[in-house]
Amino acid sequence: MTLRRPPLAGVYEDATLTDFGGWEMPVEFDSTRTEHIVVREAAGKFDVSHMGQVTVSGPDALDLTQRLTTTDVAVLAPGDAQYSGVTDEDGCLLDDIIIYRLPDGAADDYLFIPNAGQDGEMTERWVSHREKWGLTATVTNRTEAYAMVALQGPDAETLLAAETDLELDSLSRFEVASDTVAGSETLVARTGYTGETGFELLCPTGDAETVWSAFDCQPCGLGARDTLRLEMGFLLSGQEFHPTDEPRTPYEADIGRTVDLETDFVGRDPLAAQARDGVDERLVGLELLDRGVPRHGYDVTDTGGNPLGHVTSGTVSPTLGTPIALAYLPTEHTDPDTPVRVVIRGESKEARTRATPFIDG
Amino acid sequence: MSFDVPDDHRYLESHEWVRTDDDTARVGITDFAQDELGDVVFVELPAEGDDLTAGEGFGVVESIKAVSDIYAPVSGTVTAVNEALFDRPELVNEDPFGEGWMLDVTLADESELDDLLGADAYRDRIA
Repeated sequence: MTLRRPPLAGVYEDATLTDFGGWEMPVEFDSTRTEHIVVREAAGKFDVSHMGQVTVSGPDALDLTQRLTTTDVAVLAPGDAQYSGVTDEDGCLLDDIIIYRLPDGAADDYLFIPNAGQDGEMTERWVSHREKWGLTATVTNRTEAYAMVALQGPDAETLLAAETDLELDSLSRFEVASDTVAGSETLVARTGYTGETGFELLCPTGDAETVWSAFDCQPCGLGARDTLRLEMGFLLSGQEFHPTDEPRTPYEADIGRTVDLETDFVGRDPLAAQARDGVDERLVGLELLDRGVPRHGYDVTDTGGNPLGHVTSGTVSPTLGTPIALAYLPTEHTDPDTPVRVVIRGESKEARTRATPFIDG
Repeated sequence: MSFDVPDDHRYLESHEWVRTDDDTARVGITDFAQDELGDVVFVELPAEGDDLTAGEGFGVVESIKAVSDIYAPVSGTVTAVNEALFDRPELVNEDPFGEGWMLDVTLADESELDDLLGADAYRDRIA
């Protein structure tokens, strides 16, 4: 298999690279901790061109997208965005996405952002259901045509304001507008995956380097992106849910807020039943009280050593300095401050459940 | 990128170092190793009085992105543990040959030192 390279690949010199979702992406430019702290305190820029871009246009673009996602897409006015789930017939998450209703004047009606490596499958899903349902919509995978740069942190707005005429004051969270950034026609969205204020910028692949270079701030890799999202309790596709390895519904994954049961979509009925009956297991935050690093796949037990569940993601929080994790546990063990154990290399480490986010947003 | 490789230390292929002072050997991981690992967030070490066997794992160092076993360059009995690393594991990144040391051991068999890499050979190893 050949790794897909982001359009900015030539720009990185000292970055450590890794395979992520079939893309060769930077993990660290400086150190993960340094990059993390800079984003919390100032601003950092991330190449997130591995995220997919799929556009949906035409008379049935809304109907098609409505029936394939858990949210009510109809509420989106031009220039609005929402976080949503894509579920299978059982109500299990295939992907979590951001859906943009593109501003008036844009060439397409909707744009959605699947996770790394999911763009092909999601495009195919939209196309096959369009055929099945006899709908009229143009679905295009534009992942290779777009570069995506995330500019995140308390100083992000000042940095961006210097490069665009767009009125950033009037661009609220989960809104998107089109304007030039560093001279390049760019979609500017006030969205992100860090818990900080910030923007995600979508520009043509050919302009990637111009847009990236326009911001004089710390370049950040996937390492910091992961620790930043984990402190917020945000889900990572493939870890907190996966179609075969970790089949989970939005309610189990604690993103029930994305489910609008008043709309009709694939997976709605099993989710309606779960909304009525409750879930057996749910994603919850953990804080380790002993020293150690909780990691993906580690077992979680009760204080008597009886198995309860497993860790889906974990790290040592650079902000708090303490080990944190996300884990699926039986619902009766998910109240905050429930004592549990995480088993690390055969040793039972003291932990307690915590509400997320782990830090004040 | 160039890494510190002090001449008066000896090295394992797996990036541990040893520096001897009479019959005591101090053990840690190299500058190259800490750079590969990135931010060190946890170190698990044996206790005073435990015995090490050359070539066998004696502890674990974890960074944000990876878990690595640490191997004993020499056999011997642990006489001191750098407990500062439990609260400040980042010392391994900041000063791998100094404040980031891990253990002192009494050498069981000085001839084991001959099996280790010298500084030049280790420089070739990480080149």
